[in-house]
Amino acid sequence: MKLVDQISFNWQIFQRHGLRTFLLLAAVGIGVASVILLTSLGEGARRYVDREFSALGNRVLIVLPGRSETTGGAPPIYGSVPRDLTLEDAYTLEKIPGVLAVAPIVAGTTTVAVDSRSREVITLGSNQSFFTVRKLAVGAGQILPARTREDAMAVCVLGVKLKRELFGNARALGEWVRVGDRRMRVVGVLEERGESLGLDMRDILLIPVRTAEQLFNSPSLFRIMLDIAPSADSDLIQTKIKAVITERHEGEEDITVISQDSMLAAFNSILTTLTLVIAAIASISLLVAGILIMNISLISVSQRRKEIGLLKAIGASSRQIRQLFLGESLLLVSLGSVAGILFAYSLIAFFSSLWPSFPLMPPLWAVPAAVGVAFFSGLTFSIVPAKRAAGLDPVLALRGVQE
Amino acid sequence: MIKLISINKTYQIGDTPLRALRDVSLNIDSGEYLSVMGPSGSGKSTLLNMIGLLDRPDSGSYLFDNVATEALKEERRARLRGENIGFIFQSFHLINRLTAFENVELPLILTEQPIKSRRQAVAEVLDMVGLSARASHKPNQLSGGQLQRVAIARAIVMRPRLLLADEPTGNLDSASGSEVIEVIERLNRDGITLVAVTHDQNLGDRATRHIRMVDGQIDSDQR
Repeated sequence: MKLVDQISFNWQIFQRHGLRTFLLLAAVGIGVASVILLTSLGEGARRYVDREFSALGNRVLIVLPGRSETTGGAPPIYGSVPRDLTLEDAYTLEKIPGVLAVAPIVAGTTTVAVDSRSREVITLGSNQSFFTVRKLAVGAGQILPARTREDAMAVCVLGVKLKRELFGNARALGEWVRVGDRRMRVVGVLEERGESLGLDMRDILLIPVRTAEQLFNSPSLFRIMLDIAPSADSDLIQTKIKAVITERHEGEEDITVISQDSMLAAFNSILTTLTLVIAAIASISLLVAGILIMNISLISVSQRRKEIGLLKAIGASSRQIRQLFLGESLLLVSLGSVAGILFAYSLIAFFSSLWPSFPLMPPLWAVPAAVGVAFFSGLTFSIVPAKRAAGLDPVLALRGVQE
Repeated sequence: MIKLISINKTYQIGDTPLRALRDVSLNIDSGEYLSVMGPSGSGKSTLLNMIGLLDRPDSGSYLFDNVATEALKEERRARLRGENIGFIFQSFHLINRLTAFENVELPLILTEQPIKSRRQAVAEVLDMVGLSARASHKPNQLSGGQLQRVAIARAIVMRPRLLLADEPTGNLDSASGSEVIEVIERLNRDGITLVAVTHDQNLGDRATRHIRMVDGQIDSDQR
């Protein structure tokens, strides 16, 4: 039987059983679409993280107090080692060639109040370099003045959300806010920006690093962020940082250096694995579709016994009957896959227009994988019905006798 | 052309075995016109299916054109059947979703004939059974006699040398029945070998050779 004849033969069956065909197409289509859509969520998350990191800065190193090796788990968030990482340590690092900017960070929470309104916020003490390293800019006013490098000035920069909570629509620049037991003047408001590295930059208070030391009554740095030259050798600089700090800490290497590249690589591998797992879960719907096809095919075989008997009587071989039934499933899966791909891509286009900031897009392997699983499932589950059809006794089948 | 040598066939129906054919031997020459008659369950249809290569004997031998068919593979038997044997059935067995034309075309499609010669062959046989005007009708738009004539067209579109008819007039009124008989007899006059299983005494009498079956055996064979 020629391919074109077989397709038209199968097509006539589809036309005859319109609803049944439509439902099977929907089952396959939804399966294929769900694989593509769900993997594009995972892939989108990976791309999103990728983009966030790139937005963060070209090449950033982060120095944390404490050693990840000694604790066995994640690097400690707050330094719990004998020797603190201090501001002096941070400024020494500026001398390493290839280091462009060093932003020491002291972190804590404080209560910020204006008149009767107060708010508990994450407070970061740093200097001008912080703005360079994190690629931050103010929407109004100025960033922390250059003198904040050494001086405990009573100035602060507010995140936009914090500003709105405290001042509403009124002007905040030049006003005084109470931070803990101190009074500080607002010199700037950060521009609107979303989360960055898990920190909501809209709800944050930035104060000079020395002021923060006094406020929290501790010389201990939360971390140091460094911006390094694009041409610099990251590994070499990391080694030098460790050497410098070790020398200053009486021979003990009690810091951890993380590069942005290694964090990005870690995220990438986590999210890629996640996407694969999602794809596997979504594939289950294709298996279900396959079982559905098998079920319907079995019913179809018993409904069409006489037809099968007739085809045998007019010269069709068992192989041809088997091909006819397998072909029917394959055609169904092909049409369903095309429908699913179109459906998935139109949904992706729709959601992309709704949330342009999230890079929703299926990974390259998603479509071939989805279609591959659909065909595998469709074929596997059609073998039994097709065999049953091919094995029918033409004499009994023609009489419509059920075996 | 056809040579059955002591064919046996037993069906298992429930617990009791049913001996449908017992030691049946039969020779049919090219161009003969046979009627096979007998009571229900006497093995007429089994004999027809055996001749039509739809069934395999338990023992015995069936030579078709001096080829022993019982040893052939299923594929080979299917091809032999498709090329040499045409079937017509009591209940027509047309496919409802296909038009008369498409039903007749099926055997040609199965053997992968080119579209052009397919069209021509179908048009020819439809003309032969007088249904050219109904080519695009579906089975539910045709009368019983017309349905059987479509089935005959389908049976002869491959130009078989043997036409097997299982109660060809069983579902028809006498007028349509006569039409159908007329068509198949004309085919027989043109050289096709015709074997008709029937209860219809009228059709039975018209044949040139009469076989009567009882209990799976050939009871009489008259010319």
